[in-house]
Amino acid sequence: MPLSGLDIFKLLPKTNCGDCEVPTCMAFAMKLAQKKAELSECPHASEEAKETLGAASEPPVRLVKIGRAKPLEIGNETVMFRHEKTFFHQTGIALQLRTSEDEEQLLSKINEIENYKVERVGEELETDLFFISHDSEEKDVFLKTLQLVKQNSTKGIILDCPDKEVLKEGLDWLKDEQPAIFLEEEVTDKDIELAKNHNASLVLTAHSFDDLARQSEKAKQAGVNDLILNLASKNAGLQLQHNTIMRRSALKKNFKSFGYPLFTFIQGENEFDFLAKASLFLCKYDSIIVLPRFNKAMLYTLFTLRQNIYTDPQKPIQVDPKVYPIGEPSPESPVFVTTNFSLTYFIVSGEIENSGISAHLVVCDTEGQSVLTAWAAGKFVGEKIATFIKDIKLEQQVKTRKLIIPGFVSQISGDLEENLPGWEVIVGCQEAADIASFVKNVKLI
Amino acid sequence: MNFEIPKETNAGKIIEVTIGATAKQGGTRSQTTTIGGHTSLPFHFFEGEHPHRPVIAMEVFDKVPAKYPDSLMDYYHDVIDKPADMAKKCVDEHGAELISVRLEGTHPEKGDKSAEEAAELVKQVLKSVSVPIIITGHSHFEKTNEVMKKVCEATEGENCLINYAETDNYKTIAAACIAYNHTIVAQSPIDVNLAKQLNILLTDMNFPAEKIVVDPLTGTLGYGLEYTYSIMERIRNDGLGGDKMLAFPMLINPGYESSRVKEARVSREDYPEWGDQELRGAYWEISTAVSLLAAGAELLIMYHPKAVEVVKKNISEIFDLKNGD
Repeated sequence: MPLSGLDIFKLLPKTNCGDCEVPTCMAFAMKLAQKKAELSECPHASEEAKETLGAASEPPVRLVKIGRAKPLEIGNETVMFRHEKTFFHQTGIALQLRTSEDEEQLLSKINEIENYKVERVGEELETDLFFISHDSEEKDVFLKTLQLVKQNSTKGIILDCPDKEVLKEGLDWLKDEQPAIFLEEEVTDKDIELAKNHNASLVLTAHSFDDLARQSEKAKQAGVNDLILNLASKNAGLQLQHNTIMRRSALKKNFKSFGYPLFTFIQGENEFDFLAKASLFLCKYDSIIVLPRFNKAMLYTLFTLRQNIYTDPQKPIQVDPKVYPIGEPSPESPVFVTTNFSLTYFIVSGEIENSGISAHLVVCDTEGQSVLTAWAAGKFVGEKIATFIKDIKLEQQVKTRKLIIPGFVSQISGDLEENLPGWEVIVGCQEAADIASFVKNVKLI
Repeated sequence: MNFEIPKETNAGKIIEVTIGATAKQGGTRSQTTTIGGHTSLPFHFFEGEHPHRPVIAMEVFDKVPAKYPDSLMDYYHDVIDKPADMAKKCVDEHGAELISVRLEGTHPEKGDKSAEEAAELVKQVLKSVSVPIIITGHSHFEKTNEVMKKVCEATEGENCLINYAETDNYKTIAAACIAYNHTIVAQSPIDVNLAKQLNILLTDMNFPAEKIVVDPLTGTLGYGLEYTYSIMERIRNDGLGGDKMLAFPMLINPGYESSRVKEARVSREDYPEWGDQELRGAYWEISTAVSLLAAGAELLIMYHPKAVEVVKKNISEIFDLKNGD
């Protein structure tokens, strides 16, 4: 049974010392109850508190970190569906490197991956991890590859090295880097010891629920709690079911052995199949997906999907408030105005583009609200829009004095004209889909 | 320790909807297509019935789309202006399970073709392929109503899927569907309550529930996908939970929506970080289709042959699992 905030408070020292970085014990208790904190953050917790809270105070899916300079945080999820609240930690995307490739090839690959950054809706998107597979006969190249990665990148590392001696050398060399160790075979005492001594997390692989639960229990009892689960399956449907069942067991049944982030090495017949599978598992509960090859178009597609799925449904994505050129506008091209709710922006800009004309699109700051909501909240009204247009000095950028507002807020046109002397305010269509016919029927230049 | 799979059983069941009619049923199709019938979330074979797999339709046009991407034109340049031939190519070469005929050219500002022309075209497509047909209209209600009435009449008994009716014009479209025995698409703008309301309006006028497919409106990848995704998950959860007015199979448009976005059209030279343009067009459609399959989509209208191929392959792979159990 989960404990209430008050139940937990009774077990805390009640000194309000703030050592847990929460000002009061009561506030800390509330955070524990919401599974947003862990008891270990309180250095003064009694043995009794630890025992009682033990299981109950842990988040249902453990937060695991990989990497040091730019650690990837995964797990700590609380819902099955994003609309119930949100997904907190987006899927980490890892790219595989094989030590059998020659050094020059590896280096160019590392640089290519490291330098691949792309912006979308104000966010810089990039891959998160290197998955280093030691498939060479030569021992030395494993260390060599690690060196290359470390010298050229700050991304976290997952080590896939069947030779435990070589692995140990790699881990020694990577000390303080907080790497993860990928295990293809059943976890051994030696693996657990390596993970413990090197502050590494373990990716456990199994082929059945029972086997995976047993391995996770074993690792935890031996003191390694930073685990990542890989219930390998060749069938996409089975994998989706496995992921769903494990996430559901952790969240709804408090089944601790599956209370960890999930992992999949993407396999498929070709690049299209890789993408289909990666898309499916990104939506359905994988915290790490490993891609065998670097492909910008695929990564850009997956970054976009990840941004969509992991955005907080209660906080709309906003675009930067400013003037956006649509097509190749001249100073005479008309000016459209809308809000900075990303969906509104995308639809309006897309429809203006599809209409075939060029225009200036003024995106006002409405804190991410859509047209009608922003209008009702007083954020998309004549005075506000006029102030924004003056602030960005639009009159110096364009010669046109025609401003098109969304049809749904026709009532603001008078007010806007009053606040923007010299401009003609034209009431546009209500639906973006009608922009193409609107621009055909109204003289805008 | 023995792990026990936590199963969730549902009170509701998604309504089974059949599209098309064979000679026996008063049409001319070689087979019909049925979707729906599920009693658990998508692909959860371990806790429910899934009698039908999601199906893929491909689309042909009465007018070459103004901004049709080059990556698609490469496949269709020889047939893009011959809808009956293009339909045949989609079925024979690309594995389309249904054909959607998009009648954009009847829009008063996009060609203003007559209702008669539209009906004639649909009849040609019906002759050229034997799979069930979807008739897709546009947002100019006055004209679309006129066209749909004519097309419904001309294809009486074929049980076409008439795509689409909205709150503003559902009465006309629904009446035509009832009169000539067709199935309807109820479209609402990414909103659970509006979707439910339209279904109530339709069933209140005695429109048969087993002839309704819901279009929650597709926001494609990067352009509102997250809204469509979550609305579909909510509709499916509510439908399975026992809300009969949300227990309809759902249709999505990954092809049309993905073909219109910048990502499918701009070159690698202009956007080097977006990668290969040829791949990107297909990728955009695949990712939209697959994520929405996971959210409950069952009828997907798609464009890119490579996307169709891989999405069909993955649906088969997943359903092989069910048959293998």
